[in-house]
Amino acid sequence: MSATGIGAAVKRKEDFRFLTGRGNYTDDINQPGQTYAYILRSPHAHAKINGINTDAAKAAKGVLAVFTGEDMAGVGGIPCGWGVNNKDGSPMNEPPHPALAIGKVRHVGDQVAVVVAESYAKAKDAAELIEVDYTELPAVAHMEAALAAGAPLVHDDAAPGNLCYDWELGDEAEVDAEFKNAAHVVSIDLTNNRLVPNAMEPRAAIGDYNKGTGEYTLYTTSQNPHVIRLLMGAFVLQIPEHKLRVVAPDVGGGFGSKIYHYAEEAIVTWAAGKVRRPIKWVAERSESFLSDAHGRDHISHADLAIDADGKFLGLKVYTKANMGAYLSTFSTCVPTYLYATLLAGVYTTPKIYANVKAIFTNTVPVDAYRGAGRPEATYLLERLVSKAARQLGMDQVDIRRKNFIPADAFPYQTPVALQYDSGDYEATLKKAMELADWNGFPARKAEAAGRGKLRGIGISTYLEACGIAPSAVVGSLGARAGLFESANVRVHPTGSVTIYTGSHSHGQGHETTFAQLVSETLGIPIDNVTIDHGDTNRIAFGMGTYGSRSLAVGGEAIMKALGKVVDKASKIAAHLMEASPEDVEFKDGKFTVAGTDKEVDFGTVALTAYVPHNYPHETLEPGLEENAFYDPMNFTYPGGCHICEVEIDPDTGVTQVINMTAVDDVGRVINPMIVEGQIHGGLAQGIGQALLESCEYDESGQLISGSYMDYCMPRADNFPGFQATTESTLCAHNSLGVKGCGEVGAIGSPPAVINAVLDALADLGVEDISMPATPQKIWQAIQSASVPAAAE
Amino acid sequence: MPTVSMTVNGKQMSGDVESRTLLAQFIRETLDLTGTHIGCDTSQCGACVVHVNGDSVKSCTMLALEADGADVTTIEGLAQDGDDLHPMQEAFRDNHGLQCGFCTPGMVMSAIDLVKTNPNPSEHEIREWLEGNICRCTGYHNIVKSIAAGAAAMRGEKAAAE
Ligand code: FES
Ligand code: FES
Repeated sequence: MSATGIGAAVKRKEDFRFLTGRGNYTDDINQPGQTYAYILRSPHAHAKINGINTDAAKAAKGVLAVFTGEDMAGVGGIPCGWGVNNKDGSPMNEPPHPALAIGKVRHVGDQVAVVVAESYAKAKDAAELIEVDYTELPAVAHMEAALAAGAPLVHDDAAPGNLCYDWELGDEAEVDAEFKNAAHVVSIDLTNNRLVPNAMEPRAAIGDYNKGTGEYTLYTTSQNPHVIRLLMGAFVLQIPEHKLRVVAPDVGGGFGSKIYHYAEEAIVTWAAGKVRRPIKWVAERSESFLSDAHGRDHISHADLAIDADGKFLGLKVYTKANMGAYLSTFSTCVPTYLYATLLAGVYTTPKIYANVKAIFTNTVPVDAYRGAGRPEATYLLERLVSKAARQLGMDQVDIRRKNFIPADAFPYQTPVALQYDSGDYEATLKKAMELADWNGFPARKAEAAGRGKLRGIGISTYLEACGIAPSAVVGSLGARAGLFESANVRVHPTGSVTIYTGSHSHGQGHETTFAQLVSETLGIPIDNVTIDHGDTNRIAFGMGTYGSRSLAVGGEAIMKALGKVVDKASKIAAHLMEASPEDVEFKDGKFTVAGTDKEVDFGTVALTAYVPHNYPHETLEPGLEENAFYDPMNFTYPGGCHICEVEIDPDTGVTQVINMTAVDDVGRVINPMIVEGQIHGGLAQGIGQALLESCEYDESGQLISGSYMDYCMPRADNFPGFQATTESTLCAHNSLGVKGCGEVGAIGSPPAVINAVLDALADLGVEDISMPATPQKIWQAIQSASVPAAAE
Repeated sequence: MPTVSMTVNGKQMSGDVESRTLLAQFIRETLDLTGTHIGCDTSQCGACVVHVNGDSVKSCTMLALEADGADVTTIEGLAQDGDDLHPMQEAFRDNHGLQCGFCTPGMVMSAIDLVKTNPNPSEHEIREWLEGNICRCTGYHNIVKSIAAGAAAMRGEKAAAE
């Protein structure tokens, strides 16, 4: 292993600029003549707009323009990227989503008008002069309310019953038959709590229009600038690709929330064409709470049929998924193809049925958030399996082992469409149990009891599907785009290299990991490599970064393009060494001819390609630059084991996480330092979901957790240090053997935490606790427990 | 509009501000020092931390006018000469204490102030100190490690920290 190649913990190339304040985030960019936009948002969850008077705002000092939905009526609505069909084959209900509200507002924060002014303060002041005549309508803030008979309709006739779709996977009757043979049936009802992604950089966008060339430019906080160009250009504003540049510069975290095409992007781009000056919009944090797509929000019931030996026979899952008021870009596929297809988990359950109803409510749209569907599936399964162990009097670990897909069973076809290519669940389990000292737990519990504390241990053995995705497969399931990736390798005359990748880094460290691939493959110093991304004018194409796809799809595209470079370079080297190309070997940056002492280095070949005086012109073009597109053969399947140990103070209900161990199979590790960092971040979000975070609406549809004063963001003192490590099998269908590490932490950990809390409370007879397991909930559960807490 | 003057990163700076202009806005918009970030509107996140007269301050909680005459250091002014990093910045790089980099300037500025008052903080003390700085990327694990290593380096124990 070279010091900067595959497997090395190379320090990040991007860190210097971030550490010295030289990052270039969207809000750091200013254009000559720039103006500022303030977006007026609905204070109501559901209301009819009778009229909007903008006269006073338009007349205010420094105001250039005020636009409302009527002004933008000619442009298309914000599109949804994935069509899902109902059980009966009919298409889902897909109501329009205007960039600025027309006729009605459907959630608190819905965009109503935009003020463009010489300064942000002037725009905001003028917005107060806009008079919107609303008639408030009854709202449905939660799914139960939306499904009640006679419930107010978010989209009137466009979505009767507030239903987006009623979808299923599997044959319910076939699974029912398994239940007839079951010795035991274990059932669970649970909620996957709604979360706000909260990347630390608020969303921002700058629109610009060049009258001279007719070109539009959008700077935006996006995980996928080409996808935004496609969606906004083709569907909303009808600007062809060659006249629209989208730049996503440094982006301060995304976690899914910056995948989607948002109305504000279309508004500033469109309005820049009207006012003929650049327009900047930056969200205030309270606006982010009201306008960034939220995550999770499922209510589920599940039944697991088990035979007398503890083997799983069949699983039935019924889930309601909140879509919010409008369909965000990937909202519809999250609770279906990224959720129900994961319900086999790491187990051999032979028959599975899932039914998912997607529901409209008067809340902010819900879409993918770190893990997207897989955390919901994992939470359901791992809670259910632990409950089954308790109900059957089996050991937590034994019941899992008994049902594991064995390491020699791959490729393994699940009953829910996916075919797993590799994995070894026993290996990750064993390592995690050792690291967490699972067997020493009873002694620690006894010691804690001596101090009056309730100690519990919880486990989750999970799997996820990422590296999204094979285009043909997702296309057949309703995706309205392909999910390949592109790469361009440009070798410069002196042998340095620029990689242009369609992946987008917003914390993942691509500038380092991808450079390691180049350093390894071409045998050149990592400092001679630059990774460029995030600009549709520089990068040929790209589908961006989400679903832990950057390395498994984007990295593979780079490897493919590097392969083409090496092929061509070998031919040039053969010419220089007067050898036949088949005899040329390339290793550690040097071309050699087997059996001779002839040698030429990569730099010489690069120079020859650009100064082709002595060159095989008959067979080769000059230059050394190659493109590749890579479409994966399958999803990748990271998995592993998370173990959490907690201590609860029965007097206050406060839970302290004592230990969090994660052993994950992420495939081949390119940079262990970065991989561990990704897992740490995921664990924090997973523990955050389990213990701290909850997005709450009151019955009228007001967001009551709309700031950092009310929404409990995890802080440093909420966590212990993490024990995170990897135990990998290689992905069987890509050249690097990589699987993906960005989401595993957030997927595997929530059930481990809740299982630990329930283990701590088990002796009191507490059987259920919902996320987030706050001190208040735990204290109440202890108070109403069937067995009183032992008196001191 | 009133004018404010202050020393920023060792240089005398002045500019016209509205009375409502926050120090964070003055630093970012008037002085174009965009390393100081704004992550919230409730003084919770700490992305905006700078040093005012040597102490860490959330620059979104202070009016630009209140800093008139003050000595302000931002992330851009930390490294002493040329391209070198301050030992705390170096420790963040060595320990992978940053991912997206958005919280990072505030974390580093805050950490240096911690070490000033507590040269050898325990893990527990570091975690408590960071109560006012939110990071969504790192899970804090490597930030805590970075600060412990940065503190050691600032004490002159660089080798021991690595
Ligand atoms: S911007 Fe100052 S604390 Fe968040
Ligand atoms: S590194 Fe992204 S918020 Fe801290």
